[in-house]
Amino acid sequence: MGLEIEQPCVELSNIAVSDTHGENSPYFAGWKAYDENRYDEFTNPSGVIQMGLAENQVSFDLVEKYLEQHAEASTWGKGATGFRENALFQDYHGLKSFRTAMASFMQQIRGGRAKFDPDRVVLTAGATAANELLTFILANPGDALLVPTPYYPGFDRDLRWRTGVKIIPIHCNSSNNFQISPQALEAAYQQAQSMNTKVRGVLITNPSNPLGATIQRSVLEEILDFVTRKNIHLVSDEIYSGSAFSGDEFVSVAEILEDRDYKNAERVHIVYSLSKDLGLPGFRVGTIYSYNDKVVTTARRMSSFTLISSQTQHLLATMLSDKEFTEGYIKTNRERLRKRYEMIIDGLRRAGIECLKGNAGLFCWMNLSPLLEKPTREGELELWNSILYEVRLNISPGSSCHCSEPGWFRVCFANMSEQTLEVALDRIRNFMDQRATAKPKIPFRKIITDQAVIDMYSCLLA
Amino acid sequence: MGFGNESHGLLSRMAVNDQHGENSAYFDGWKAYDRDPFHPTHNPHGVLQMGLAENQLCFDLIQEWMRNHPEASICTPEGLHHFSDVAIFQDYHGLPKFTKGVANFMSKVRGGKVKFDESRVVMSGGATGANEVIMFCLADPGDAFLIPTPYYPAYARDLCWRTGVQIVPVHCDSSNNFQITRDALERAYKKAEEDNINVKGLLLTNPSNPLGTTLDRETMKSLVTFINEKNIHLVCDEIYAATVFSTPSFVSVSEIIQDMEFCNKDLIHIVYSLSKDMGFPGFRVGIIYSYNDIVVSCARKMSSFGLVSSQTQHMLADMLLDDDFVDKFLAESSQRLAKRHSLFTMGLEKMGITCLPSNAGLFCWMNLRSLLKEQTVEGEMKLWRVIVNEVKLNISPGSSFSCSESGWFRVCFANMDDETVKVALRRIEVFVGKEGEKAKNVIKRRQRTTGLRVNSSSSKRFDESWLMSPHSTHIMSPHSPIPHSPLVKVT
Repeated sequence: MGLEIEQPCVELSNIAVSDTHGENSPYFAGWKAYDENRYDEFTNPSGVIQMGLAENQVSFDLVEKYLEQHAEASTWGKGATGFRENALFQDYHGLKSFRTAMASFMQQIRGGRAKFDPDRVVLTAGATAANELLTFILANPGDALLVPTPYYPGFDRDLRWRTGVKIIPIHCNSSNNFQISPQALEAAYQQAQSMNTKVRGVLITNPSNPLGATIQRSVLEEILDFVTRKNIHLVSDEIYSGSAFSGDEFVSVAEILEDRDYKNAERVHIVYSLSKDLGLPGFRVGTIYSYNDKVVTTARRMSSFTLISSQTQHLLATMLSDKEFTEGYIKTNRERLRKRYEMIIDGLRRAGIECLKGNAGLFCWMNLSPLLEKPTREGELELWNSILYEVRLNISPGSSCHCSEPGWFRVCFANMSEQTLEVALDRIRNFMDQRATAKPKIPFRKIITDQAVIDMYSCLLA
Repeated sequence: MGFGNESHGLLSRMAVNDQHGENSAYFDGWKAYDRDPFHPTHNPHGVLQMGLAENQLCFDLIQEWMRNHPEASICTPEGLHHFSDVAIFQDYHGLPKFTKGVANFMSKVRGGKVKFDESRVVMSGGATGANEVIMFCLADPGDAFLIPTPYYPAYARDLCWRTGVQIVPVHCDSSNNFQITRDALERAYKKAEEDNINVKGLLLTNPSNPLGTTLDRETMKSLVTFINEKNIHLVCDEIYAATVFSTPSFVSVSEIIQDMEFCNKDLIHIVYSLSKDMGFPGFRVGIIYSYNDIVVSCARKMSSFGLVSSQTQHMLADMLLDDDFVDKFLAESSQRLAKRHSLFTMGLEKMGITCLPSNAGLFCWMNLRSLLKEQTVEGEMKLWRVIVNEVKLNISPGSSFSCSESGWFRVCFANMDDETVKVALRRIEVFVGKEGEKAKNVIKRRQRTTGLRVNSSSSKRFDESWLMSPHSTHIMSPHSPIPHSPLVKVT
């Protein structure tokens, strides 16, 4: 190579050099410990068990069985032109059969209590894209969305990074089981006012991640009234709606709107995805369902940046149009998740650990605040560190979910076999027994902050 | 279930502006096609779709590969055991076999003259997504990229809509076959400086859409030198790389920088996709390949907003790593494109219509300047409407590509069979014949009435309102001409 000429650094964009992608959070540092020492029932029984990943692996067999029995899912549609037409299909309206199937699936999950119009279904590559896209449409840079805490860490990136929009937390705590109170809503709104920041909407996750609980009907009504009074939007991320353990306990904002004859509905938008309920995060299937015509049109245009692969649309259109399959799947999936939940709650209780009463999702919200050396974020991170290295479980600290109360942890239970879950529960029991008998000072180990390492392992956000 | 739109004022500026670009005349032709689509037997007098740059010439080769490799699908008995692993895989690094396959394919497309590092391959939602992501990485709102004209109309949306970046055109014209001159670049750059616009880079489409030409080695080197001197980025959209069908062969920026000692590689970025070269726009396989580590890292994080479906990654991985198939495919595709290009351009030549000499792409750049009544945008649009409505060909007017010279039209030829190409040629022949007669008559009239002057400002303007009503319920995807894809009818 020739002369080394010193080049002035050409700037990248502000977005490129900012931290707002959120991947420097300790939330991701646990991956390294897991990756370096992965648990395996046979080859590495003392490895780290991954309990920080909200994946649904309990119902794959149902999908695989469907595919075995339905050869048409593996073909490209009628005749020789099927492949060609599918390969060429890049219309941002999406396959009509797929939109219809999605609308019908969403309806079934809500027990038919809400109807969905296929022409209002906008398709995106994952809920990650759906949430960002909606933010681009509903808010200008510098504006804010109000989001109840604790919330999914990925929102920091999805709602803020490229959009320039802010998140103002609606603080929730254990005094009322982390429910969203009218006071908390108002307080968040006032906080925005004091910062001279325009609030554009409220974004809720229902059922909640990380709480693993559905939002009560009365609270939803209050939130709807609040956004109407303030003349702002409501985004309801219902990605876990099919993972409510009992279909009756989940109330969607869609049902309330239907009861209200769709009055003021044009400010409401629902986000959904097949990543959690069907366990297909790799397929990148997200949707925006909006009651606002302009939002539907604009979202559709914007979806050009994030369309769903036409072959995936075709496969899922076939599968989700099969009402026998979907009804059976929804029912069985709910039962299996409930069973897992009961197993982990029971196991934790026997170890002396309480969780928030949950009724949905792929995780539980565990209360370890009695174990904290100090009731602070640092105290929580110390405890988390020792759970990671001593107990060898990767779980998610509440602070990474912006929980204002230290000591809570999200623990996933649906991304492993029952046997592995038993092993995890045994380890927790031993850990708690040791703590009860003696109180050794757990050496503080440096939390990983090496950017290159975090970068390598922070690819999974779930 | 229609809802009132009183909340119109509650949406972002981005949501209510026009930067999605769908009100451009570029898309007006779709409507005419949609209302009256050509079919060889059911509707032989319908509008021919020649505005869609799709590659439909080689599906048979791909289908054959898929028939011979059922394990590539996760739904077949042979491939089902992969289903759960693939379905759960959402790592933004991509399936290792897939990124390896992409790197391999990209190398073969460049004749093996360059090797690509799979760890630099970043996924995106098609090239549409890739172009937007690269702007988010390289430029702040208000910054600008230089782009030679004529250019792909949707760049206005892809590069500018959500990023806030602006395009500074570098004008090229037929005096030198639309080549990009150093002079034109410097002028555009200087003007931007004077206007206080911060230029962050230069974006090239090579092979060019709509010209169908490739940049020669000397021009490429000169462009790379230019961006190094100005210390700005170079983004090369090489989406048509494998559509080169005759000499000169394709010279990728990746080849050029191998030989240039003083190039700052941190400035070089490639955008790619399988939509044109393989004909899979529906599969949304967009790729960013950057030589800048920070850009790779940033683009990778952003790819979360537009990952390639793992089902698609899995299906294509083995195909792209199958050297025998890839070699055969690239050779065959190239040959078929050459044949198609020749059929069309030679047919045009017989009627006295020339196209810009081209060696790539799925279209040709047709010169109809002699048919314009006025050498203006209005003149071009008038001619275009006649072609769409009377000749019944949906072709794309040069003005929609920001071409500074009126009278050029992009005509796509790879999205149909040979018979349909001949139908198109016959219609053009009839039209040219009529125009020839009209021209002769005008000359005769002028010779008879020498005192008359034609006042162009009083000439009747076409009523444009029917073409694209903003309130139309048929706002269509700019990429798909029809709101109801034939696939929809099938399923």
